[in-house]
Amino acid sequence: MSSWLDKLVPSIIRSESRAKANVPEGVWDKCGNCGAVLYRPELEKNLNVCPKCEHHMTLSATQRIAFFLDPDGQVEVAADVEPVDRLKFKDSKRYKDRLVAAQKTTGQKDALKVVKGTVEQVPVVVAAFDFTFMGGSMGSVVGEKFVRAVNVCLEHKLPLVCFPTSGGARMQEALFSLMQMAKTAAAIEKMQQERLPFISCMVDPCYGGVSASLAMLGDLNMAEPGARIGFAGPRVIEQTVRQTLPEGFQRSEFLLEHGALDMVVARQDLRPVISRQLRKMMHLNAA
Amino acid sequence: MNPNYLDFEQPIAELEAKIEELRLVGNDHELNITEQVDKLRNQTVKLTESIFSNLTAWQVSQLARHPQRPNSLEYFSRIFTEFDEMHGDRHYGDDGAIIGGTARLEGQPVMVIGQQKGRSVQEKVKRNFGSPMPEGYRKALRLMEFAERFRMPVLTFIDTAGAYPGIGAEERGQSEAIAFNLQKMSSLKTPIINTVIGEGGSGGALAIGVGDHLLMLQYSTYSVISPEGCASILFKTSERAADAAEAMGITAHRLHELGLVDEVLQEPLGGAHRDLDLMSAHLKQALVRNLAGLQEKSPGDLLDRRYKRLMSYGNFN
Repeated sequence: MSSWLDKLVPSIIRSESRAKANVPEGVWDKCGNCGAVLYRPELEKNLNVCPKCEHHMTLSATQRIAFFLDPDGQVEVAADVEPVDRLKFKDSKRYKDRLVAAQKTTGQKDALKVVKGTVEQVPVVVAAFDFTFMGGSMGSVVGEKFVRAVNVCLEHKLPLVCFPTSGGARMQEALFSLMQMAKTAAAIEKMQQERLPFISCMVDPCYGGVSASLAMLGDLNMAEPGARIGFAGPRVIEQTVRQTLPEGFQRSEFLLEHGALDMVVARQDLRPVISRQLRKMMHLNAA
Repeated sequence: MNPNYLDFEQPIAELEAKIEELRLVGNDHELNITEQVDKLRNQTVKLTESIFSNLTAWQVSQLARHPQRPNSLEYFSRIFTEFDEMHGDRHYGDDGAIIGGTARLEGQPVMVIGQQKGRSVQEKVKRNFGSPMPEGYRKALRLMEFAERFRMPVLTFIDTAGAYPGIGAEERGQSEAIAFNLQKMSSLKTPIINTVIGEGGSGGALAIGVGDHLLMLQYSTYSVISPEGCASILFKTSERAADAAEAMGITAHRLHELGLVDEVLQEPLGGAHRDLDLMSAHLKQALVRNLAGLQEKSPGDLLDRRYKRLMSYGNFN
């Protein structure tokens, strides 16, 4: 915040303003939906949901898990799994460089974070996608970490809750990415055979290979309000059918109406709604 | 320019045209031109060999989508007997882009399922150019469960640009239909052999592509996104499709090297469409051989092996 203004104002006021400047930079956020200018700490307290219009904004995987799980007893699963660039893929940038950049900005090794813990005292494993990591795209690491999450569930007889948000399969890993669809779907089949609950709660946006695999395979399919969910992106569909898309097309509410979802759940209700469902599915006493 | 030949095949087309011309001249004049024709034929073979020995990924991709590329029904009629087509998903409709039914492979009852792009304009429209709707995938799953119940192996033939990206397809749950097939195929209690005969287009291909053995014809392709789609997103222009095809490694040989494909079936010189009967015989032989191996396994072993195979996909540290 140091600028020509600092030189003009008396030092006493300067120090005051400096105290305020302890608040990290970029204190203000703008709602992508209604345009309201929002004070970030307040927005974060509201789980990144716009207090004016209820628009659900992006949460990082870390933020998502921090709010969803009870604070105590969290153990990260498969934290050490790292991506490799087997194909030496290069487009306008090297895949390797894209990975390094994404790891730097997100602090994550890849686009899925898995943590074992409890939600309102119900033991659970959570797998959260990070859309800020290369669009939450699913490559080998995401597939492998999802399977390891399932394996922890199978071993400890735990339910799995996943929050998918993704542009789809990761093109830079080509067919290896596509095969993650089959890999994750097969792991979910194992969960079902063991009668362990899998809840998928889709988050804006959720498309392509992630939507067409693990995301749609929940015993319960949920989504946050207004989330865009689909197989093909709206631009591809428009170019193919040469028609304007109907109002609200591919939003959670649209999917609910067409029978693809069990329920649309606001972010602040996710903990109570999911824990209550899990208690019933796992035959635990009511809270 | 001969529309039955691709750009890079035009020199071959020119030679073939010359041979045809000579033969017509020969017929008219009762001249002995056999020697000349044979010479040109040899030249054609050599030229074809040299062109086809060094194809780029993008050229293979064009071959996989060749207008003359043999389709599922053409293979069915040559490989199987008693193919009886079954229709409909029992919920919504019958999708022409996916065909299937019971048949016999050397006398043995099997379930065959394939994507069908269509040959004539009329058939192409009827089959939606081989891009399935959710009801197509649901029909395929119904047929697979039928096969499991009546102890028939499942043989799938993959040839699609991808699942259809349309409004109705989204409304009826394209994602769910694909996802559910992936899940259920992973535990279907009967052997499954998947063969990519042309274009293996992304999730729309994989949705009938989970199984115990993955075959690819030499000039077929299999990829997470079309080269054009990849180019327009990552290279910012679809005109760099050739680069995208190379980078993604979509050809049978490359995917075999990477361990993603179990077996590559050699095609006749110039591609499967130059000798459909030979290609069919070769594919039939591969299906019979692999099926025999899979049918020796107990149902438990078969599923364990399939699960391990699925879990082995991927590279990470």
